Amino acid sequence: MLTLAHFLTLGALLFSISVAGIFLNRKNVLLLLMCIELMLLAVNMNFVAFSRFLNVMDGQVFVFFILTVAAAEAAIGLAILVVLFRNRQSIAVGDIADLKG
Amino acid sequence: MPIIEIVFYLFGAILVASALSVVTVGNPVYAVLFLVLSFFSAACIWMLLQAEFLAIVLVLVYVGAVMVLFLFVVMMLDVSGKEKRAQVVRYLPVGLLVALAMAAQLFLLIWTQGFETQAFPTPYPEGYSHTEALGQLLYTKYLYAFEIAAVLLLVAIIAAIALTHRKRPDTRYQDPSNQIKVRREERVRLVSMASDGWVGRSNGHGKEES
Repeated sequence: MLTLAHFLTLGALLFSISVAGIFLNRKNVLLLLMCIELMLLAVNMNFVAFSRFLNVMDGQVFVFFILTVAAAEAAIGLAILVVLFRNRQSIAVGDIADLKG
Repeated sequence: MPIIEIVFYLFGAILVASALSVVTVGNPVYAVLFLVLSFFSAACIWMLLQAEFLAIVLVLVYVGAVMVLFLFVVMMLDVSGKEKRAQVVRYLPVGLLVALAMAAQLFLLIWTQGFETQAFPTPYPEGYSHTEALGQLLYTKYLYAFEIAAVLLLVAIIAAIALTHRKRPDTRYQDPSNQIKVRREERVRLVSMASDGWVGRSNGHGKEES
């Protein structure tokens, strides 16, 4: 029988997987951005589950806003990546160390 | 086993498996495609929770726009994630350790706080519109937040364009301020010429001589 804990577990699993992904793919900005998207999906999953089980609609409005912010973040992040690639022909995180003292 | 559980476990398994693939596959193009699959399965699970509008928005807006943007950039940048696999393996233990610790804490929290006794809610009655309920809330209680979100999107559009826009030195363009500053003397030169007295042929414009 499905309970709220099942959905929360799914969200927790997703979040942990994406945390591991940030560690694994720390050399690749694109994959880092994707891991962040996955994290936001996990958070949204919790919001929708709580909203449905507690029968309060407000959580789903928050999902709406999170989706908006995530879309804006993805657009700006990818724009920065494009500019970076245009200037240096590389988006490897190891190469971006110019501010290092 | 009721159909709801079958659906939950099926799409949950697809979701977790595709999320794992996103993290481990290495090639950004495949990673984006697996991310699309995981968003799609998440949308199906939201459908199960009767959040239809959000599920459809997730597929249409998120998969249809944001993921396509991702794919576009990934293919435009032409990066292959193949060359650094050795370093990936190097960070595997610490990543797994942190993820497992976090998962253990979360599971401990989730399964001891009484969430496991919250039974699956009874479905909404027929004729219930999730979109309507969401819209009622969005346009009354959260109106200002909604407008701020709209402004945020506008700012994001402007920022993305301002970042990626570049002036090409060889582009030809019009400068309106220079255009309106032009005076008649710079463009028109009146030349006084002596008439040669042969008037007959140029008598008016297009008028035929009788």
